[in-house]
Amino acid sequence: MTAESLLFFFLAAFAVTTAVLMILERSPLVSAIYLIANFFALAALYLLLRAQLLAVLQIVVYTGAIMVLVIFVIMLLNLGSESRPHGRPEVQTVVAVVLALGFLAEIVYAVAAGPARGAGETSGPPPEALGTVESMGDALFGKFLLPFEVTSVLLLAAMLGAVVLARRRG
Amino acid sequence: MDVPLSYYLSLSAILFVIGAAGVLTRRNAIVVFMCIELMLNAVNLTLIAFSAYLGSIAGQALVLFVMAVAAAESAVGLAIVIAVYRNRQTVNIDEINIMKW
Amino acid sequence: MTADQLTGLAVLLPLGGFLLNGLLGKRLRSELISGALGSAAVGGAFVVAVMCLVELLGLPPGQRSLTVHFFPWIAAGGFHADAAFQIDQLSVVMMLVVTGVGMLIHVYSIGYMHGDPGFARFFAYLNLFIVAMLILILADNFLLMFLGWEGVGLCSYLLIGFWYDRKFEKGTTGDAAKKAFVVNRIGDFGFLIAMVLIVVTFGSLRFETVFAQASALPVGTPVALWITLALFLGATGKSAQIPLFVWLPDAMAGPTPVSALIHAATMVTAGVYMVARCSILFTLAPASMAVVAVVGAATALMAATIGLVQNDIKKVLAYSTISQLGYMFLALGVGAFSAGIFHVVTHAFFKALLFLGSGAVIHAMHDEQDIRKMGGLRPALPVTFWTFLIGTIAIAGIPPFAGFFSKDEILWNAFTRGSWVLWLLGVLGAGLTALYMFRLVALTFTGEPRWEKGTHPHEAPLTMTVPLVVLAVLSAVGGFLGLPESLGGSNPFERWLGPVFARADEKLALVAYPGAFTEYFLMACSVAIALTGIYFAYAWYMRHPEVPGSLVKRFGGVYRVLLNKYYVDELYDGAVVTPAVKGSEMLLWKGVDVAVIDGIVNGLARAAGAAGRALRLVQTGVVQNYVLVFLTGAVLLVGWLLAQ
Repeated sequence: MTAESLLFFFLAAFAVTTAVLMILERSPLVSAIYLIANFFALAALYLLLRAQLLAVLQIVVYTGAIMVLVIFVIMLLNLGSESRPHGRPEVQTVVAVVLALGFLAEIVYAVAAGPARGAGETSGPPPEALGTVESMGDALFGKFLLPFEVTSVLLLAAMLGAVVLARRRG
Repeated sequence: MDVPLSYYLSLSAILFVIGAAGVLTRRNAIVVFMCIELMLNAVNLTLIAFSAYLGSIAGQALVLFVMAVAAAESAVGLAIVIAVYRNRQTVNIDEINIMKW
Repeated sequence: MTADQLTGLAVLLPLGGFLLNGLLGKRLRSELISGALGSAAVGGAFVVAVMCLVELLGLPPGQRSLTVHFFPWIAAGGFHADAAFQIDQLSVVMMLVVTGVGMLIHVYSIGYMHGDPGFARFFAYLNLFIVAMLILILADNFLLMFLGWEGVGLCSYLLIGFWYDRKFEKGTTGDAAKKAFVVNRIGDFGFLIAMVLIVVTFGSLRFETVFAQASALPVGTPVALWITLALFLGATGKSAQIPLFVWLPDAMAGPTPVSALIHAATMVTAGVYMVARCSILFTLAPASMAVVAVVGAATALMAATIGLVQNDIKKVLAYSTISQLGYMFLALGVGAFSAGIFHVVTHAFFKALLFLGSGAVIHAMHDEQDIRKMGGLRPALPVTFWTFLIGTIAIAGIPPFAGFFSKDEILWNAFTRGSWVLWLLGVLGAGLTALYMFRLVALTFTGEPRWEKGTHPHEAPLTMTVPLVVLAVLSAVGGFLGLPESLGGSNPFERWLGPVFARADEKLALVAYPGAFTEYFLMACSVAIALTGIYFAYAWYMRHPEVPGSLVKRFGGVYRVLLNKYYVDELYDGAVVTPAVKGSEMLLWKGVDVAVIDGIVNGLARAAGAAGRALRLVQTGVVQNYVLVFLTGAVLLVGWLLAQ
């Protein structure tokens, strides 16, 4: 048991636990907090996978911007907790759970049965500098320049849309 | 790498399925939105795992774009939620069914 | 260009008149232009007819048949029919009658239709009729003749219902027009069947081809019987014989020039022309000829009895026409084809004259047509009276006027070639003809006036009286065309038409000449019976006017039957018309149309609606349902991919 695998299992357990707690929690604000914890776990996992820039961006963009926005909206709308589910679970819930478990089974089967491309489980350690800022920058401004530029247009459009939608009438 | 790729993929699948279950069962629109974000993150994990195990930067670049799109989507989505709340005074999905037949 | 090639022009001129008057007539707003245009068109056709006659006269008798080929019309497989005219002795005679009398009636119409808002439309329809009639007469094959046949039926419909918003007897003029068209249609069905049989038997519809083949067949060929019976059915429809004569009296709803042209002089003779043209086919089937003769004689007598008691001036003339047509078919039925055509010609003269004269009377009496309300018109309408009288003498068969020669020839042939029974029926009919025609003259023109004080009848204008005079002259002297040898003539008419009927004459059994005494005796009988009829008319309607009234009282039942036309219309109505209408309503309309067809269409619509209503339940409006479906699809898809 290396330190890495130990860390992986710990982070994995943490991520799954917070995810489950998030969907079971009735108060939206507490759900948001759980999700933020989940994102932290994921960021650590990214670091394990040599995605340094993305780990930082996960914290900065996802937790720092998106989840802040979500919490802001929750507080703005002053939403209360959802009511406790009473009586038997609805059809929708049962079907949803069944489907979700079925989907999981399929994916696990696929992952376990089919060989991952690129010669087996471990094919040599990835280079340390795989996901650094420099290499990401090379990729973004080199091979992926067009998607990069298009994404900026997308962000502009989203900005405009958000402003228009949230504007008060009149 | 000590941890096999399949472990990361399984973790990603578990997170994805948890997010899907949350989308289908929760009533509050914003919580549904958060579950969608969880699903997106699960996919990000898959992409980064593959990127590491295949040694290619393409996966990570794609994750960056996914993040950018998620950011844009969250802005617009939450704006919509606010607009709906202004009209209907609720974010309960069961009650926002004006597209019903 | 030779005259025969000009026959195309003879058809194109009235066609042009139809188009011009039809399209521009209302805008021209000038009766003079419309009337002159229409009359000139037909006049041009008459000139062409004369030129054709001259050309034929220049040819030796055996070769007087020219074909003018215009264009190939139908070519389908082995069958073809061309648009082509056949100019021979028979078609030239008919053409002269149609265009000559037609032109006179066009001129007359200028005066008669004066002030009518549909003046130009009237002349357009009249011209169209001339076009169709000429096509009928001049066609060189059955199909083109049928085209003309239908065309004259159409024009008859258009012209009978010309005043389409006018009441007529129990319905409107439109009803009368429809009746004419529908009854004609029944006859046309016979014509069509005959054409099919002809094509199947002879392989072509061209007259020359068919008749050449037919003359090689023996008398008594079975298929000839069916062909000729079917053809005769068509003839009874168009020429108003038993059983399809019921439309002609109703056709009097149309303007009087229409009655004169179409229902006296030309269209109704189309059946006679057709039978004469197919003379060879009829001679192959003696049974058919017997049918033709018997139907002709019976119609002649029956119509004469009905005409005896009618009180509308045009109805009397209508039944007179039916009766005279019966004489023509009697002649054809006994094999005297040229006699039948001769009577067509003379009848055209005096019947048109009588109708136009009656039109002048109606015009003078301000549209009054009941002869019981006339009387004493002679001083006011001198020209009309004298011409009408000449026409009446002609139709009664008094020599030397035209009707005597043609009618006498028919009766002579009926006796020698047919049987004395047919002759007797014809003679009785002749007597009745004289009686009811002179009754008409007496009640209309003589005696004390029975009309209202303020009517002021006046003579017709020149455009109306000149044609009357011309026709009167023709009625007087036209008979000499057929002056028989027994009276010193050479019967040029019969000799002229001889070659046309040569094939038929070969098939007919030769009849021994009964002797000159028989001929003169029969002639004397005809004249005697005619004079008898005139005497009784004089006695009952001029000398002792109270006698008819007492006769009606004594023979009340008979009178009522005659007045109601033997209840034939009521019989047809009950036996044919009402069942057909009710049957269509019950079965075809409610059963098939509403239940089945509407059911299918509406059913499809209902099914579409139901499907839509069922499918829209998918749109619940709840996003999570949509996501659920989405996820289900994803699960299934992945499962399928894994299974590969």
